[in-house]
Amino acid sequence: MSVAPAEVDLPWSADEVTPDKPWLTIVWNDPVNLMSYVTYVFEHVFGYPRSKAEKLMLDVHHKGKAVVASGTREAMERNVEVLHGYGLWATVRQDT
Amino acid sequence: MEMFRPMKGGGASVWLSAGEATLLRTLVVPVLDLLNDPDRPAPSAGQAQSAEQAPPEPAESDDLFDDLEKMFNETAATPPEAPADPVLARLLPDAYTGDPEAAGEFRKYTEPSLREAKKYFAQTMLETLPPKGGRVKLTADQARDWLRALNDVRLMFGVRLEVTEDFEEQLASLDPKDPRVAAFEVYGWLGAVQESLVRAITR
Repeated sequence: MSVAPAEVDLPWSADEVTPDKPWLTIVWNDPVNLMSYVTYVFEHVFGYPRSKAEKLMLDVHHKGKAVVASGTREAMERNVEVLHGYGLWATVRQDT
Repeated sequence: MEMFRPMKGGGASVWLSAGEATLLRTLVVPVLDLLNDPDRPAPSAGQAQSAEQAPPEPAESDDLFDDLEKMFNETAATPPEAPADPVLARLLPDAYTGDPEAAGEFRKYTEPSLREAKKYFAQTMLETLPPKGGRVKLTADQARDWLRALNDVRLMFGVRLEVTEDFEEQLASLDPKDPRVAAFEVYGWLGAVQESLVRAITR
C-alpha cells in the first residue's frame, strides 16, 4: 500500500542542463611532462595518428592548454581519469 | 646510463648499474609513501572510510530508516577536497576547475582507484628493478607502467623543486654548493631515462 506523491521537485533546475553543448577534455601545459611523452599518451589513449597527437601536444605547449577530445560528460570524465593515471593535468568542462 | 632499446612485442630493455637501480628504487619509494599517506585516507565512494574511523555498525539492521538516514548523511557529506600536499595534489589533480562540487564528486569516485593504479605502476618498477643492477627486460605493459611511474617521480621532483620549462637555466643559476643542485641533476637524468623509454616503445 502506498500513496502517490502529489508532486516531485526534481533536484536540478532547467538552467543547469544544456544538452546540446558537448563536453570537453582539456589538457593543461605542465613544465615537467616531456613533449615526446605527451605525444605518446595522446596516441595511445585516444588512438590518434602521430601527426594529430603532435599537433595537440604543441597546442598544449604553446597555448597553455588544448581541447583533446569532446563528447558526453561521462566519456570525458573517463578520459580525464586515464590521463591523470599518466600524470597529465587534465580537466573536464562543458563547451560554451 | 645506457639508453632503452626496443624489444620484440613492444617492450624495451636497458642495462642498469647497481647504483642506477638503487637510485631508481630510492626515488619510487617516496611516491608510494605519498600515495599510501596515512594522514589522508583515500575518500570512499559510499562505504565507511576505514575500520578505525567507522562507527560500530549494528550486527543486523533491517530498519529502513537507518538505511535512509545513512544514505542521506553520505549524500550530505562534504565532497573531498584536493590533497593539501602539493605533490599529492599534482598526482591526484582536480578534474574540474572553478567547480569544487563537481571536482569533489569526481574525486570521491575516482581517487581511490587512481591511487591504486599509481601504486601499481610504482610497484611494477620496484619488482622489475634488478637488486644488484643488470639487464631490465620490460614487456609492453611493464614499459607503460614504467613510463607512468617515472612520470610520477618526475612530477614529485618538479613540484618540490618548482621546476619551470627552463630547468637547465634554473640549474645553471644555482650556486654549485646549493643542495638542490644534486636534485636538479637527478631530475634531468630521470627525464633522459623516460625520454629513451618513450623512444624505444614508439619507434
